[in-house]
Amino acid sequence: MNRFTKNALLVFGIFLLVVLPFFLVSGTGDPGKEMFVGADGKAEEIIKEIRPDYEPWAKPFWEPPSGEIESLLFTLQAAMGAGFIGYYFGRKHGGR
Amino acid sequence: MHVMEGFLPIGHALAWAAASAPFVAHGLYSIKKKVSSQPEAGMLLGLSGAFAFTLSALKLPSVTGSCSHPTGTGLGAILFGPTVMSVIGCCVLLLQALLLAHGGITTLGANTFSMAVVGPFVAYGLFRLCQLLRLPFSWGVFVAAFGGDLMTYVTTSVQLALAFPDPVGGFMASLVKFGTVFAVTQIPLAISEGLLTVLVFGALRRHSEKQLRDLAVLPGGAGS
Repeated sequence: MNRFTKNALLVFGIFLLVVLPFFLVSGTGDPGKEMFVGADGKAEEIIKEIRPDYEPWAKPFWEPPSGEIESLLFTLQAAMGAGFIGYYFGRKHGGR
Repeated sequence: MHVMEGFLPIGHALAWAAASAPFVAHGLYSIKKKVSSQPEAGMLLGLSGAFAFTLSALKLPSVTGSCSHPTGTGLGAILFGPTVMSVIGCCVLLLQALLLAHGGITTLGANTFSMAVVGPFVAYGLFRLCQLLRLPFSWGVFVAAFGGDLMTYVTTSVQLALAFPDPVGGFMASLVKFGTVFAVTQIPLAISEGLLTVLVFGALRRHSEKQLRDLAVLPGGAGS
């Protein structure tokens, strides 16, 4: 198998793994419930179920004011990392 | 795998911080030593950090109907050894705690232990084991990145089950609940991370073969 085929298969595999859940999972059964929420939030629900009296004893200093701002910051994080990865391989590929 | 701010009792929070600290300290020493003996390693270290930075920002859907993110610590653990990733992982988690209210300062120790200690150690151990078994290089990389990612989330489940044992079933019942949310969700994501890490290592072997030999990831370098 040449390099291109191997890499294409790897990328296709990742693509399938990301896209398949949308087709495999359909609805929560409860129309009011959102799908594909964060696992961290689900864990919080379990904590509340096990220990309804538990009060978090610390709060974040700052929280992104909205979901949009939060996704902006996550995008920024991913973009900066991806930018460096691109820089690394670009520099290597250019032979310096 | 982020245990949220204030969601671990103070004793647990302190204990996990104390457990993580020596690994981060060793990692700082190890980074200093590696970069001074091989200046070229600095760029690769940047790459390892960038990879973990990117992957931990990507929340991907999973077959359980919830979303979670890979950790990206396997790559750096294979390249530099596990404790170097303890430092990098801790930095990523600190930034996410401060800027994104994701995770927290009080839970930084626990989150560092799962993502930046257990994950990288599992990844490094599995990679070396695959080399001993003389499995093909890419297989070793895949198994390492997959195992490190998954075990990070198993660790988070254990941490939460220890802090919040089920009133009826105790620790085990709680572990099953948290494990279903974290570890099961993580399986397809860990496969994705494995495949992606193989992809990046393919590019590294092509462009940075000498450094991989010097870091003793591939046999026959100056460092081995």
